[in-house]
Amino acid sequence: MKPYRGLAIIFGFYAVGELVSETSNLPIPGSVLGMLFLLLALLTGAIRLEWVEGEAELLVRNMSVMFIPPGVGIVTYIGLMKSQVVPITAALILSFLITLLITAKTVEFLRRGGE
Amino acid sequence: MNPYGLALTLTVFYLFSELHARKRAFYTNPVLLSIATITAIISLSGFPYDSYMESAVFLKFLLGPAVVSLAVPVYKGRGTIKAYAREIALGIAAGGTAAVLSAYYIARLLGGSEEVLLSMAPKSVTTAIAIGISEKIGGIPALTAVLVILTGLLGNAFAPELLNLFRVRDRIARGLATGVSSHGLGTARIILEDELAGAVSGLAMALNGVFTALILPYLIELLK
Repeated sequence: MKPYRGLAIIFGFYAVGELVSETSNLPIPGSVLGMLFLLLALLTGAIRLEWVEGEAELLVRNMSVMFIPPGVGIVTYIGLMKSQVVPITAALILSFLITLLITAKTVEFLRRGGE
Repeated sequence: MNPYGLALTLTVFYLFSELHARKRAFYTNPVLLSIATITAIISLSGFPYDSYMESAVFLKFLLGPAVVSLAVPVYKGRGTIKAYAREIALGIAAGGTAAVLSAYYIARLLGGSEEVLLSMAPKSVTTAIAIGISEKIGGIPALTAVLVILTGLLGNAFAPELLNLFRVRDRIARGLATGVSSHGLGTARIILEDELAGAVSGLAMALNGVFTALILPYLIELLK
């Protein structure tokens, strides 16, 4: 019965996260709230790591396949993407470069200052 | 509920995963190739989009519990997080904010429509969280999913080379920059070159997802 303990905890925290997200009208996804609640439960010792570790790692390791259906949704937006290919492509590449450099330089600056 | 969409998704993903295992390169990314292939099958053959989604939505649903499960790697990495708390906190605050603002403003400057801007804003965050954010703020989750994966591929293909080009040698800086800019796909590449940078990158990815989910809806309100 072991996998069901882990799955019950994971789906239970997801349900609580969704419930809080919906009832409080927070713009934060229920899954992210559920993750924060589970992290808190692990840190306080309310939930023990070995109760969820195997099932959580199974879900995390197999996340990629879950992106395919939402990605296939793009089929209904191909016209939109074609009509805005310039802003989309430019923002994608430039924003990636900016993010990479700003993060790297911020951390490098902190590390040099700290020594 | 029908079995066709699920069967198609699992078969196509399995075949491209086999290909990726044999030829490890960013252009053999099995998720992107699967999306492209299934999109082509739906557009070119008689496979109706609605019945595909009705079936495949089962996999999408699992993203919620998968995001909740990210608490486990974060919890297990708490030693590393404590050791580099200041770098991680400030690196994510700076990089995560820069990612949202730069994507939003560059797309707006070049004439992107409102829904495209909202779909672009969470694109540096790990796919599962980005889709959730996009749904919440009124973006197009499908567009966000594809943009996130493309961003990840940029990091997977070029992040270490770009960091070398800009002479970033610090391992913590390299890991954080990769995880914040290109989430899991960037992490998958840098972990092959440096285990510490890879571990930091994976944690940065999860924590940046949380940071962005918490601030982005409010940031977008200010930008509008």
